[in-house]
Amino acid sequence: MIIKCPWCGPRDSSEFVYQGEGGRTRPDQSSTDQSAWNAYVYDRVNTAGDHDEIWQHSGGCRSHLKIIRNTVTHKVLSVVFACDTQDQEKPA
Amino acid sequence: MSPRRAASGGLIDRSRTIRFTFDGQEFTGHPGDTVASALLANGVSLFGRSFKYHRPRGILAAGVDEPNALVTVLRGEAREPNIQATMLEIHDGLKVVSQNRFPSLGLDVGALNQLASKLLGAGFYYKTFMGPVIGPLKGTRFWMFCEHLIRRAAGLGKAGLAPDPSRYERMNAFCDVLVVGSGPAGLMAAKAAAENGARVILAEQSARLGGSANWSEDTIDAMPARDWAAGVVADLTTTSNVTMLPRTSVWGYYDGNTIAALERVTDHKTSPRIGEPRQRHWTIRAGKVVLATGAFERPLVFPGNDRPCVMLASAAERFAVEYGILPGEKVAIFTNNDSAYRSAMTMQEAGCRIVAIVDVRTDISPAARAIAVRTGAEILTSRAVTSTEGGKKLHCIKVQDYDIRSGAVSGDARSIDADCLLVSGGWSPVINLASQAGARAEWSERVQAFLPPKDADGWVGAGAFNGTFSLEAALAEGLAAGGASAIDVPAVVDAALDIAPAPVFEIEAKGKAFVDFQHDVTADDVRLAHREGFQSVEHLKRYTTLGMATDQGKTSNVAGLAIMANALGKQIPEVGTTRFRPPFAPVTIGALAAERFGEIRPERLTPMHDWHVAHGATFYSAGLWHRPMIYGLPGETVEQAYVREVKTTREAAGIADVSTLGKIMVQGPDAAYFLDRVYTNTFSTLPVGKARYGLMLREDGLVLDDGTTWRLGRHDFLMTTTTANAGKVMQHLEFLLDVIWPELKVTLTSVTDQWAGASIAGPRSREVLAACVSGTAVDNETLPFMGIVYGEVDGAPVMICRLSFSGELAYEVYSGAGHGTHLWQALIEAGKPFGMVAYGLEALGTMRIEKGHVTGAEIDGRVTARDLHLDWMLSKKKPFVGSMMMDREGLVGPDRLQLVGIMSLDNLPLNGGAHIVEELDRENPHDSIGHMTAACYSPMLGRHIGLALVKAGKSRHGQRVFTSDPLRKRFGPVEIVSHHFYDPEGKRMHG
Ligand SMILES: [Zn+2]
Repeated sequence: MIIKCPWCGPRDSSEFVYQGEGGRTRPDQSSTDQSAWNAYVYDRVNTAGDHDEIWQHSGGCRSHLKIIRNTVTHKVLSVVFACDTQDQEKPA
Repeated sequence: MSPRRAASGGLIDRSRTIRFTFDGQEFTGHPGDTVASALLANGVSLFGRSFKYHRPRGILAAGVDEPNALVTVLRGEAREPNIQATMLEIHDGLKVVSQNRFPSLGLDVGALNQLASKLLGAGFYYKTFMGPVIGPLKGTRFWMFCEHLIRRAAGLGKAGLAPDPSRYERMNAFCDVLVVGSGPAGLMAAKAAAENGARVILAEQSARLGGSANWSEDTIDAMPARDWAAGVVADLTTTSNVTMLPRTSVWGYYDGNTIAALERVTDHKTSPRIGEPRQRHWTIRAGKVVLATGAFERPLVFPGNDRPCVMLASAAERFAVEYGILPGEKVAIFTNNDSAYRSAMTMQEAGCRIVAIVDVRTDISPAARAIAVRTGAEILTSRAVTSTEGGKKLHCIKVQDYDIRSGAVSGDARSIDADCLLVSGGWSPVINLASQAGARAEWSERVQAFLPPKDADGWVGAGAFNGTFSLEAALAEGLAAGGASAIDVPAVVDAALDIAPAPVFEIEAKGKAFVDFQHDVTADDVRLAHREGFQSVEHLKRYTTLGMATDQGKTSNVAGLAIMANALGKQIPEVGTTRFRPPFAPVTIGALAAERFGEIRPERLTPMHDWHVAHGATFYSAGLWHRPMIYGLPGETVEQAYVREVKTTREAAGIADVSTLGKIMVQGPDAAYFLDRVYTNTFSTLPVGKARYGLMLREDGLVLDDGTTWRLGRHDFLMTTTTANAGKVMQHLEFLLDVIWPELKVTLTSVTDQWAGASIAGPRSREVLAACVSGTAVDNETLPFMGIVYGEVDGAPVMICRLSFSGELAYEVYSGAGHGTHLWQALIEAGKPFGMVAYGLEALGTMRIEKGHVTGAEIDGRVTARDLHLDWMLSKKKPFVGSMMMDREGLVGPDRLQLVGIMSLDNLPLNGGAHIVEELDRENPHDSIGHMTAACYSPMLGRHIGLALVKAGKSRHGQRVFTSDPLRKRFGPVEIVSHHFYDPEGKRMHG
């Protein structure tokens, strides 16, 4: 599998580490909604098909990447920096 | 008559002679020969004994599909079994031996298995070796008892025990177009792609490029096909954007057009050039793959079809044209399709006499009939071969009437003298690689074979691979696959036969008819499996082992499916096919490993490593790090050494190398705020020039790591982590900053390797520092507990923090890694008047157990801060990572495993990993209440002590329980105590 890192270019998947599903939303740091926290930590979609994922280019630029990958064909459909896809939240 | 070499013909170099041995006997051949062709040339027809029944076997195929002729190659002490004689080129000095025979190939005791063949049918292991229901050999014990005997009797070649002396290498390559197969379609594709300017790699598993052009009698572009192919090969070889890889088997097709291939670089050479590896493993990333892998001819299944001198028709053609071999004098042909007529013509032209063409069909095409007439053969339509006679050679075949509608055999058997029978049961495109790539095969009624799907992602097919058996069409497909339309397809003259076969796979008659030659699976075995309820192809395959030998059923899969479909009363497409998996052809483990064998992990050494070595340290490996365990004096045991080191440190001073601690610079305007979020305690209130002990949780609320973090400036923090968790913590922090809080202005830099660190501990440590540090005072006022100062030691700039892991008054002194040894030596010198010793991990571990400090042994991914009595570090004023998850049900409560101290009551050592139990039961250990995480002999207490995680541990202080360690046979009474064994008030480190 080859992942096209937006910073480093196309690289072998062995340079990357899977860092979990990408569709999860972490509750706000000060949130006390226990079920939202439980969902963030434990709930997984585990799609057979197009799947949102976070990978880190740990053997390269160390960026975290948001990837859409088909878990059946292993085809990588899109790769963007994970930080570009997050809602901007200001420090309190 | 035996097989022999024709007086002329073939692409071998008859001007040179090569000598090699087979079973110790010397044979000769010529450059261009394989072991198979050279032995056939010498009249050898018996190549091996079959897997289960030890039946004599000869050559069936001419290439990578050969199931029978497996040999073992001897190279010095090393032996490599199961090499196909048809793929093994000869060279001077080559030594091969036959397999699966005892005492010799000609006289084989195992052939007696044929008499016991009733016992050896499908699933015979399971049936025969199920033991009685009761008694000493009940159930599978009988099988275990018999297994080693069976394993010796069965099986193919034996692997050697000697190390493989060969060198292998790996290669990564990239190309726009990878062409697999160099037959006419493949060559055309490579030529077209190369002319388009693409970077092309052409891989061919045989030594000679050109594929079927080497043994067909066709004409391309007004010249013999082989000359045309040689011309294209010569052009491509000199084209700069083309890489030609002969002797290269493409064995794996992986995601993203990643292709695995094995190149046999010097297997065919007597003396390789200096530096040449034996084999080279290629990982090729291709923009597009052209699969021009051709088709395998299938044998027909009939009684006696495995006798030596029964051969595939196309294999005989190849032996005749490419190697100048006549496999027999009187050749009979048995077929269900027209392609065998072309073979008949070729063999007749090579000098054989075609005695009969037996065809299961009632009608044959005029073109085929015309060829048959030209060969002078007797044409026997509506007939089938129902047995063969002979021993290790063929003498005659028996032919009976055959009804193609019912499949029934009838009438008297007619005997036809023949010393060679050529068989053709149709053609199966070699779709293995496409199947590996995920393509679903589609059954073609016309070709009676599985074809690759029309639409594919990443690859395109050409030629016989597609089921395209006309040469002209194959060339056109090759051109298109290579991305060209401009070049006209060269003019072609070929036999113009339609190879579409009659749907006949098996002739049912009395006698053993083999489907899978290599695993000795007969047609009756397949039917037996069906009767016993194995109805899915996957089950059939596993129960009979059909297609599971080293050839992966290249000649047997379709016939096996057809027989199964017939038994089920279904059509072949309804039964389906199994998916092909890598490797397409066997791959040596050596080539996969290449240079990666032995100890291949990198070593991490601290800047002071050489000093430790020179001063008697013995080492532990901690992850990749090598850390001093003890600095033993002559004659000291490990325990004596660490006891001395601990005592001296606690009484005077000791120094330890702590350079391995993970160190991360956390910098930026939001750094303090970020640390407040990731640590359970607060760092934003930490003054510049002070350090603080911090605890980190995971998102699920369990403990991740601990360590001290030093505030070097308003926006600059130096975080330390445990040695083992440095990478994990870095990744955790990077994830939070990059994914969760990208708005925070913080950067992280790993500086573990940039700093050398020495910890000086003990009541006289301050005096040691005072003696060598300049530029700063180190008194209690200037350098209080957790304070940081900057100075110099013998000219080297240092940063000193007063903190303690040992529980003593202690300091960590850091310098740039380049000054590490210099700093260390200066500190050692300064410590001499105070009796300071260097201490290793054993002493460090002992002192931390005495103090009850936790480390990776306790922070095992299952403990909470409360379990470790670190509740005091959990801030209630702010949320932090894990704060909402750490108090969930199950993570709190009285029954959690909690950190305690353990004291041995029998004065014997304790072991990490031992269980703690309330009731000692050596025979049947049960009801563990926890486990030991660390143990040592405490010099300060004079006792064997340890730390443990024990259920409700805090409430059990003072209880007498037992350690139970059945593996190491250590049982004994212990007392649960507080984990603070030594100086619980911490007076010493604050002193
Ligand atoms: Zn990158």
